[in-house]
Amino acid sequence: MIRLRPLLLAVVLAAGSSGFAQGATARDPLEPLNRSVFAFNDALDRGLLRPIAQHYVRWVHPGIRQIVGNVFSNLSDPWVGVNNLLQGKPVQALGDFARFGINTVFCLGGLGDLASELGLPRHNEDFGQTLGVWGVPSGPYLVLPLLGPSSFRDATGVVAGSLADPVRRIESEGERTAVALTRVVDARASLLPLDRLIEGAALDRYTFVRNAYLQRRLNLVYDGDPPDEPDSDPEPKE
Amino acid sequence: MPDPAWRSLSQSFLPARCISAGPIRRILLACLWTMALSLVWVANAPLHAQTAPDKFIETVSNRALERIRNDPAIAAGNTARVLRFVDEEIMPHVNFERMTALAVGRAWREASPEQRRELIEQFRLLLVRTYSGALSQATDKTVRMRPLRGDAGAAEVLVRSELVGARGDPIQMDYRLERAGQDWKIYDVNVLGIWIVQTYRDQFAQEASAKGLDGLISSLKERNRQAAASSSR
Repeated sequence: MIRLRPLLLAVVLAAGSSGFAQGATARDPLEPLNRSVFAFNDALDRGLLRPIAQHYVRWVHPGIRQIVGNVFSNLSDPWVGVNNLLQGKPVQALGDFARFGINTVFCLGGLGDLASELGLPRHNEDFGQTLGVWGVPSGPYLVLPLLGPSSFRDATGVVAGSLADPVRRIESEGERTAVALTRVVDARASLLPLDRLIEGAALDRYTFVRNAYLQRRLNLVYDGDPPDEPDSDPEPKE
Repeated sequence: MPDPAWRSLSQSFLPARCISAGPIRRILLACLWTMALSLVWVANAPLHAQTAPDKFIETVSNRALERIRNDPAIAAGNTARVLRFVDEEIMPHVNFERMTALAVGRAWREASPEQRRELIEQFRLLLVRTYSGALSQATDKTVRMRPLRGDAGAAEVLVRSELVGARGDPIQMDYRLERAGQDWKIYDVNVLGIWIVQTYRDQFAQEASAKGLDGLISSLKERNRQAAASSSR
């Protein structure tokens, strides 16, 4: 998430100038652009990020990886709490802040996750979801360079999230970069099991990922309980 | 009921001293028989009444999870064992023809019986092969039902559940069910909010509009062939 804004700006500008190509679905008017960013991300992932994540999983003890994951999860809990508050869920927000307090104090800065064992579960919230709860539609699907699948709404959420990111507050540039990169590797490593599934399951990986992403986000905005919309496509009759 | 457990039970209910008198004893015995018979009737009742949709999913999930726990070959991803497991535990409860028809969408109406048969078979293989890898994650999971929304008496119901493990966040799993006689059949599944039918609908439509239904079928076959090759490597 370093230097995100110039990239984002470039995407939006490129989207504006490339025009809207034909054949795109209603939710993905920028499909030609998105596909090229997707291909770029994919090449970068295969050439660099995925191998690093695989080495990380292979050589670093699971206990250590668990601790690394816990630390980043702990750092993100206050922002999750803020978003729960903004979504009108004060009880969950209180839980998130309590999690941060408990894990920071009793688990030495979040090395462990005592709060979960005490019955305070982790929540999955971000500013993109908050905007969704406020009624902002997801807008066109957008593949962000380096960051992957998103939408106009969720990209706005990513920017807000990066502004609130505690890692930004680290003074030394070297340390800040090291922490940010470790977080990227940790996040990528946690997604490794999905690679094989997507490779095997998808006829077209771009379409597969787009569809899965949009469904997943809708589900998250509604906290696992989206309205059961009637099928847009009529059921084929015998 | 000659079995000793039953005899000791009836003896404890009917101690000889208390019911020495003939008629009373006979009445009590009659009562006992009535109770026993009504118990048998109650136990058989689900065969005659509609199973609750969430109960149905809970039963099927528990049975499947138990079998995964007890058969290391399934968790290890042994393809033959996984296929047998799916055929025995999952497929009898799935209306897979409807699932395929929904995923294929409009083009299904134009499909010949032969094309339909191939689509069903290839789609089934694709799903089993790709999602069987996830079974190894299920060994420590138990199912927890989420409250049923809507009308359990409707012809089609959405049932929501989650898989809970010792560690990690619960995994949301929801099902669309249709009434099938006394029981139910699954015709769509979602994991973490991602429905299988909807995930494939765009891809199938894209493929079918570019290459026709036969093109879609050969793409599916190609996918499955690659998957088979990479899993045997």
